[in-house]
Amino acid sequence: MLKQTEGSHAIAESVALCRPEVICAYPITPQTHIVEGLGEMVKAGDLANCEFINVESEFAALSVAIGASAAGARTYTATASQGLLFMAEAVYNAAGLGLPIVMTIGNRAIGAPINIWNDHTDSMSMRDAGWIQLYAETNQEAADLHIQAFRLAEELSMPVMVCVDGFILTHAYERIDVPTQEQVDAYLPPFEPRQVLDTHEPVSIGAMVGPEAFMEVRYLAHHKQMRALELIPQLSAEFKQVFGRDSGGLIRTYRAEDAKTIVVALGSVNGTIKDVIDELRDEGYAIGAASIVSFRPFPSDELHELLSHAKRLVVIEKSLAVGIGGIVSHNLRMALSGISLHAYTVVAGLGGRAITKSSLRSLFEKALRDELEPLTFLDLNQAAIDRELAREQAQRRSGPSAENILRDLGIR
Amino acid sequence: MDKPFAITLDPGSSLANRTGSWRTVRPVYVDRLPPCNHACPAGENIQGWLFHAESGDYEAAWHELVKNNPMPATMGRVCYHPCESACNRGQLDESVSIHAVERFLGDEAVKRGWTVAPGKETGKRVLVVGSGPAGLSAAWHLRLAGHAVTIHEANAQAGGMMRYGIPKYRLPREVLDAEVQRILDLGVALKLDSRVDDLPATMKAGKFDACFLAVGAHIAKRAYIPAGDANKILDAVSVLRGMEKEEKPLLGRRVVVYGGGNTAIDVARTAKRLGAEESIIVYRRTREKMPAHDFEVEEALQEGVRMKWLTTVKEAGEATLMVEKMALDESGFPQPTGEFETIEADSLVLALGQDVDLGLLAAVPGLTFENGSVQVDAGMMTGHAGIFAGGDMVAGERTVTVAIGHGKKAARHIDAWLRGEAYSPPPRHEVATFDKLNTWYYLDAPKTVQPVLDIIRRQGTFEEVLGGLDEGNALFEARRCLSCGNCFECDNCYGVCPDNAVIKLGPGKRFRFNYDYCKGCGICVAECPCGAIRTEPETI
Amino acid sequence: MEMQQIKFYQTGTFTVGNRLLDEHQRSVQANMQRTNSLNSGHRACQGCGEALGARYAIDAAMRAANNQVVACNATGCLEVFSTPYPETSWQIPWIHSLFGNAAAVATGVAAAMKVKGRKEVRVIAQGGDGGTTDIGFGCLSGMFERNDDVLYICYDNEAYMNTGVQRSSATPAAARTATTPAVGAAPGNAFGQGKNLPEIAMAHGIPYVATASVAYLRDLEDKVSRAMTARGARYIHILVPCPLGWGAAPHDTIKLARLAVETGLFPLFEAEHGEVVRSTPIRRRVPVEEYLRPQKRFAHLFGKTEAVDTIARIQAMADRNIRKYRLVDERRHG
Repeated sequence: MLKQTEGSHAIAESVALCRPEVICAYPITPQTHIVEGLGEMVKAGDLANCEFINVESEFAALSVAIGASAAGARTYTATASQGLLFMAEAVYNAAGLGLPIVMTIGNRAIGAPINIWNDHTDSMSMRDAGWIQLYAETNQEAADLHIQAFRLAEELSMPVMVCVDGFILTHAYERIDVPTQEQVDAYLPPFEPRQVLDTHEPVSIGAMVGPEAFMEVRYLAHHKQMRALELIPQLSAEFKQVFGRDSGGLIRTYRAEDAKTIVVALGSVNGTIKDVIDELRDEGYAIGAASIVSFRPFPSDELHELLSHAKRLVVIEKSLAVGIGGIVSHNLRMALSGISLHAYTVVAGLGGRAITKSSLRSLFEKALRDELEPLTFLDLNQAAIDRELAREQAQRRSGPSAENILRDLGIR
Repeated sequence: MDKPFAITLDPGSSLANRTGSWRTVRPVYVDRLPPCNHACPAGENIQGWLFHAESGDYEAAWHELVKNNPMPATMGRVCYHPCESACNRGQLDESVSIHAVERFLGDEAVKRGWTVAPGKETGKRVLVVGSGPAGLSAAWHLRLAGHAVTIHEANAQAGGMMRYGIPKYRLPREVLDAEVQRILDLGVALKLDSRVDDLPATMKAGKFDACFLAVGAHIAKRAYIPAGDANKILDAVSVLRGMEKEEKPLLGRRVVVYGGGNTAIDVARTAKRLGAEESIIVYRRTREKMPAHDFEVEEALQEGVRMKWLTTVKEAGEATLMVEKMALDESGFPQPTGEFETIEADSLVLALGQDVDLGLLAAVPGLTFENGSVQVDAGMMTGHAGIFAGGDMVAGERTVTVAIGHGKKAARHIDAWLRGEAYSPPPRHEVATFDKLNTWYYLDAPKTVQPVLDIIRRQGTFEEVLGGLDEGNALFEARRCLSCGNCFECDNCYGVCPDNAVIKLGPGKRFRFNYDYCKGCGICVAECPCGAIRTEPETI
Repeated sequence: MEMQQIKFYQTGTFTVGNRLLDEHQRSVQANMQRTNSLNSGHRACQGCGEALGARYAIDAAMRAANNQVVACNATGCLEVFSTPYPETSWQIPWIHSLFGNAAAVATGVAAAMKVKGRKEVRVIAQGGDGGTTDIGFGCLSGMFERNDDVLYICYDNEAYMNTGVQRSSATPAAARTATTPAVGAAPGNAFGQGKNLPEIAMAHGIPYVATASVAYLRDLEDKVSRAMTARGARYIHILVPCPLGWGAAPHDTIKLARLAVETGLFPLFEAEHGEVVRSTPIRRRVPVEEYLRPQKRFAHLFGKTEAVDTIARIQAMADRNIRKYRLVDERRHG
């Protein structure tokens, strides 16, 4: 059913259609509207057979989810930014225990300086925690990915993060095709846990594992994600059969068939990238794009295939690995073995800085001319940086940079 | 369930990890000798019968009791219960009133007619001379062993000193009669008024294979006291014996008893009951030195008996006695002071101890005597093979309980001797002393006081002074037993083991250590209330 | 369930079992068919109070819940010694997630059971004092505040024993630990610090809070049973001596637990909805010195010169507990 609705609410409706049994959450911008929506549905009785628990921290939120999932309940939670870091220990734990929890990340920057706006630093920080990470490009996809996420998580017994750009998607009203309960039920069978806390068949979950088996446990987690590389496209295809639209998959390309220049990005920025690519294609440039939907597992083979005939790779990243550059680019290097091309890393949109069409256009033009630096910070206010650096040079202890720059910019 | 590798495990699988290999010391169950059992001259398994009494199974308790002592109703009244002095509970609050429970069991047995069956007949015949506690006890045990027993008793009634030495107010005769009858009912032949003068002849005539002598000590010791014709000097044995006749002894209004033993007390209290206005005990030493038991002295004083300590009788005149005051010397012995006093007395009863009448043994070769007692070996046998002796006629403490013990011991040796064997008692365990216990687990429970007869009735009648316990009290009292040194299945070891290394075997079967898992922490040893677990060094 | 006064004299109600009692009046631990929820073969040290406390508590809960118990364990000694791959000592469904989240995991399990209609399944969270009073405190407080249907059991051995005896907020004053060494002007743990978690639990107004000791089995089992009759958040704080951390002989574990109670240092009480409703009277009161002296963690109090003032301060703490919780029966002790 088509609806004009907020991204968060579409996600909430989609999650509700998956018949979750336990939902727990601690509020953090920009995740709040999702769990508020679910909370209301539970309290109103629209979402039956579901416990909604308001917890005291994100650490507790995921811990409650761990308990619920281990007890065989389909479990959902959502967080963002600092919240994800606060639950970090439990993030690793849920994956280590192989619990099929689905968690939405309303992607947001990490402080300090504190910032509520969108980038990917939060989910990127947990990229190696053992969760599957799916990045939504649109709100339709965000809604759809949650349905696929439960299926994926439960088939593999592994937790899945669905990463949705904060505000850009979560707070945007769009036309969404909200599936019917029948469709979701047809696609997503009831949860049959691989392991469960059951008084009729007691087990001990979460043993201490020493050097004699720890490597194997870790390898098996990796192996599971490798299996996910096969499963994700299958589930996407099945999804299309049931719901009639493309959603998910490992990567999604756009006008990339004969492209010599390929732009790679995660999440909602792909929309803007596509617009710019349309313009440049119209002007005759062989440029295309690829959106990485599954960042974990990382679709190396698909990207290798995509990039094997390209001359240029531009990676637009919403996170910064301070001291080295781009995280996605870094991961992509693994897929470039045997391929010779110019690779450019562009760090963009940190802390919610808008990534505009014009900025991207001039960036891509520069790339097409091979005039880009290997690492570029899109729309950096160079003047402010220069002033601060000068001040630092003059005075060893010049105070907090953020304060200084804000003062320079006349913002108090 | 499709369990993930390593992180999810099957329940209870740690049984594969035998933690017993950590152990350097191991706990072992032991049985220690309870101090009551250790102190009992009759060798009663007191703790053993209390164990049954605790659960209210009085018949089982009685059966356990009579394995060693066939006369619990009597003994529960007259025994001076050294068990209670030894009882560890005495160090906690008050000792268990063992005699009261014993008496209760004995009375229950009489009331309900409990008995045991004699042993399979062996065809052997044993002569028992004397039907006092030693003789009756021997007869009982010999019958249980299947031997034919005949008792020859010189008096008109059975019981020996229990009848002719202990006043009725301490031992009602119906109690004694009932317990004697139960022994006889086992098939013991009793010949009354049948004094044995020539033992070899009697044995030959009756075709006896062995003999147990237990004639007691009935001859009163005398002291020379110059006396006028009119004065009445009696001995305690005669007075007490006279109480069993129709004609009661005439003692007069003022009676003086000379001596400090339990017999002196018995006579003084008897005199009171016979109507004496004054009953005075004269003793040459102090109260502390008196051989009589304190509680009896106390009861006598309550009944109005007077005591003159540090006094000797010098001369008996007509209706008066001249007595001399004594003083303790440096070594604590009484010495005459030369200070005299005259007291009024219608009669003087000498209670100075008794001697054995050894006349019947004159014709028996091989017997030896020492200090007026027959000498016996460790197996109670005299110098003449097949002739055993016990009770007051052999050396040792002269109490009813000792006599009961002698009878049992002699019976066991006689039984072995008749089979051409030697009886060797099982080795005694180490005594369970107070320091072996963890008394925290025992709830405070002060001793039950037996009802005591009203003082007025005690002064005029021969009703029993001490009452018995009712069932509730007896149960309470039995349950005060700490079970020193022997497992009473309190489950502490089973419960306190952090490694579940104690296996409970079920009611009456106690416990077993599972050394596969016992780490040797020793908590079970420390927390065993009764000291029935010991730690031993691990050798492997 | 009302506490029943059992009339029995030989062994009182203080031994584990009692052959003279009716089956239903006997302790869970006396039963031949007890569940041994924590089975043999675990790797706890010799004389471990926590292993004992855990079996006591969980077995009692199992009986009370007709064997329908799930346990969530915080990281710590209990977790490590019970479940090293490839063996577990637990015979019940059990999960270990993290050090600080046992209460929250339990909330999750309880929520799952509720939504699945498995009302008969009762959820227990358990951890040591570190996992309860320190790192797990946030999750614990949250679980209390929401009144989630979880019984949380803290096995308090008064320090971080698993990591090598470091101070926790449950470490008593003057105790030596690896991080409060017995050196300097005020050796051992400082006075005036630490949390009284049972009282904090009470402040949440939850249905049931109790303290218990491995030396008082019947009392402990009674409290667990009582806790299991209630729904909502419940808390039991059990003192479990640690021979290693306390510097005591392994066979003294129960003795020390008993002395902690009899000195008044560890009051046994129960509270309902934030109010103390019962306390277990001290049977025979002993001075704190008797408790402190056998423990090497307090050895510095009994050196060449006895630390009279410090001992007096500890005695004052015990006396305060005795007054506050009415631990001495005034009628009996004048």
